[in-house]
Amino acid sequence: MKTYLTPKFMVQRDPERCIQCQVCVNQCSFDAHYYDAEDNEVRSREENCVGCHRCTLFCPTRALTISRNPQDYRENYNWRPEVIEDILKQAETGGVLLTGMGNDKGQRIYWDHLVLNASQVTNPSIDPLREPMELTTYLGRKPDQVELDSETLELKTELAPQISLEVPVMFAAMSYGAVSLNVHESLARAATEMGTLWNTGEGGLHPKLYKYGNNTIVQVASGRFGVHAEYLSAARVVEIKIGQGAKPGIGGHLPGEKVSSEVSLTRMIPQGTDALSPSPQHDIYSIEDLAQLIYALKEATNYSKPISVKIAAVHNSAAIASGMVRAGADIIVLDGLRGATGAAPKVIRDNVGIPIELALASVDSRLRKEGIRNRASIVVSGGIRNSGDIAKAIALGADAVNIGTAALVALGCHVCQQCHTGKCAWGICTTDLRLTKRVNPDIGARRLSNLLRGWSIELKDILGGMGINALESLRGNRLHLRGIGLTDTELEILGIRMAGD
Amino acid sequence: MVRDKPNEVVKIDASGVFFRELNARLQETFSVGTRKVELQNVYGQRYIGTNLDKPVEIEIFGTPGNDLGAFMNGPKIIVQGNAQDGCGNTMNSGEIIVHGHAGDIVGLAARGGKIFIREDVGYRAGIHMKEYQDKKPVLVIGGTAQDFLGEYMAGGILILLGMNLAEGKCHKAKFIGTGMHGGVIYLRGTVEDYQLGKEVGIAELEEKDYQILRQLVGEFAAHFGYDAEEILKHKFIKLFPRWLRPYGRLYAY
Repeated sequence: MKTYLTPKFMVQRDPERCIQCQVCVNQCSFDAHYYDAEDNEVRSREENCVGCHRCTLFCPTRALTISRNPQDYRENYNWRPEVIEDILKQAETGGVLLTGMGNDKGQRIYWDHLVLNASQVTNPSIDPLREPMELTTYLGRKPDQVELDSETLELKTELAPQISLEVPVMFAAMSYGAVSLNVHESLARAATEMGTLWNTGEGGLHPKLYKYGNNTIVQVASGRFGVHAEYLSAARVVEIKIGQGAKPGIGGHLPGEKVSSEVSLTRMIPQGTDALSPSPQHDIYSIEDLAQLIYALKEATNYSKPISVKIAAVHNSAAIASGMVRAGADIIVLDGLRGATGAAPKVIRDNVGIPIELALASVDSRLRKEGIRNRASIVVSGGIRNSGDIAKAIALGADAVNIGTAALVALGCHVCQQCHTGKCAWGICTTDLRLTKRVNPDIGARRLSNLLRGWSIELKDILGGMGINALESLRGNRLHLRGIGLTDTELEILGIRMAGD
Repeated sequence: MVRDKPNEVVKIDASGVFFRELNARLQETFSVGTRKVELQNVYGQRYIGTNLDKPVEIEIFGTPGNDLGAFMNGPKIIVQGNAQDGCGNTMNSGEIIVHGHAGDIVGLAARGGKIFIREDVGYRAGIHMKEYQDKKPVLVIGGTAQDFLGEYMAGGILILLGMNLAEGKCHKAKFIGTGMHGGVIYLRGTVEDYQLGKEVGIAELEEKDYQILRQLVGEFAAHFGYDAEEILKHKFIKLFPRWLRPYGRLYAY
């Protein structure tokens, strides 16, 4: 069938600069460049270009420019190009539209409407370059009260297992199979170096990475892939995945062609078979059932590790979170509307769930109101882009954040949203060995560590400016936030005042 | 301390003991070299066998609670009574033998080991069982099952014997093998076409199927005192996944 879709991008090749070296042909995994041997000329198939910039960055003579196809449709606010193109794709295939990465639509990004406070005159700001600043964060259940031995002044209360993070940023769950082993290794090594945690996602843990277990969160999801005794005992935290922000309420299908022999090793399924994750976990139909799995995992790990539960942020997250805490979750992870994915139906990604800022504020408020906020740590994810977002999340009530997309961008991702194709030209979201070697774990780990190091310094600057010397003092301290351009209801849900007030 | 007589059966009275304490006591008992424990008066304690990680034996008198043998790796559990929901959940290896009924999701996501249920099971038995290398989970059910038997099944062997069905009666389960993409279901007794999931096909048994059945039905019969020959005389059908990738063509891009 002839496609009625017009190419999204234009490839401009400067004939003066192009030396026909074919680097672009080799770099492009979407076949947007090819070499015509008869004419000894490199040419383009623009309809295949996804705008990932791999070729432009690797072209030795900088002969390439990728730009949006300027071809216009007649102006129509309702029938925008994306709407038209989606219909064309479905008319040509009859399938569900798949996509990767997170929601790219214009729902309000509340981080951009929040501003932070700083000290002026009435209290001194602190210079973090010369004074100690504390970013250490402890995740895990905190006791309702503590008791000290009156003589030795030692703690008598028995504490639940705690995790100490040197930066309040962890790497979000991304499974091996969705991303490559080199990405996993980069994340694991950076987490170890920076004193934080990375997360296996639901695809198991490669034997090569067991040595990073002390900095690893392992997931138990509906497919139970690769879940076995050593996997659970290798981890620092065990996480039950109920949902994810990019696709609340639905499961996942890792296509058989991505289940290579190595992926089969960690998922513990035969090579080439589809790895199907059912939508629900069929042993969890209620909060009571969740408690049952939480305690099954506590039993399986001898109560030595915090059990985390991850949900997508949805309309009644606050009530669900209350149930999760009461069910015994030591850490709750909320993943918002802009959370990303290796593959999800587009209609789900772009329309289901709520922004993380609102979910975080309402969950934190609800748990405080019920007097159980201490019983679980809150970790948020889904669109955390920089240290400003992190400071705002912590002031809204988060204990720590997870970054997925930001971490991949650090590794080279240009957010071209083709994760679901398995052809990632940056070698990140693919299991094709020809492509995965494009991420070198030595360099990858360094790039990720650099990012966290930069953000740590910025966070200390932000804290110092507020006259605070420990992140703990900013946590849930919403007086340090003000809103701009928000309605009364939005301000009320966020629990903050209008700027100027 | 290492027990002088590892062959001695240790008896534990579970009445009124909270699951956490009971499981801790089991772990302690086995850690000193005991090989078999008899649990008496079990009333709903969960996760029995979960964290033992070695080939020991537990005989349970009473009704163990949910998630019996969840994540289990090695032990053999014999239940003189009924099991509840989640029996053998994500089990890796070992054996569970239930002299009675079992509840929903028996063998959920099991990767290995064997489960024998003498009578009926609840909904979604054998859901998402999967096999890997030399691991192949086995679930044998003497009675009948509720809906979604073998749903999402990705590997392993599921045998439904229907021994308590009256002559000429069909199994009642609907959506059998929905989403199945690996493994095999052997069904003794009849089902109508509408009871099967879209993803399963029906086949006649071949010699290698009979070999498997002789072995596993033989074990079943030995556990519960039946005559395997008698059971095997009846007609069996074999259900298999029609596609290894049932949802591979669902997507546009």
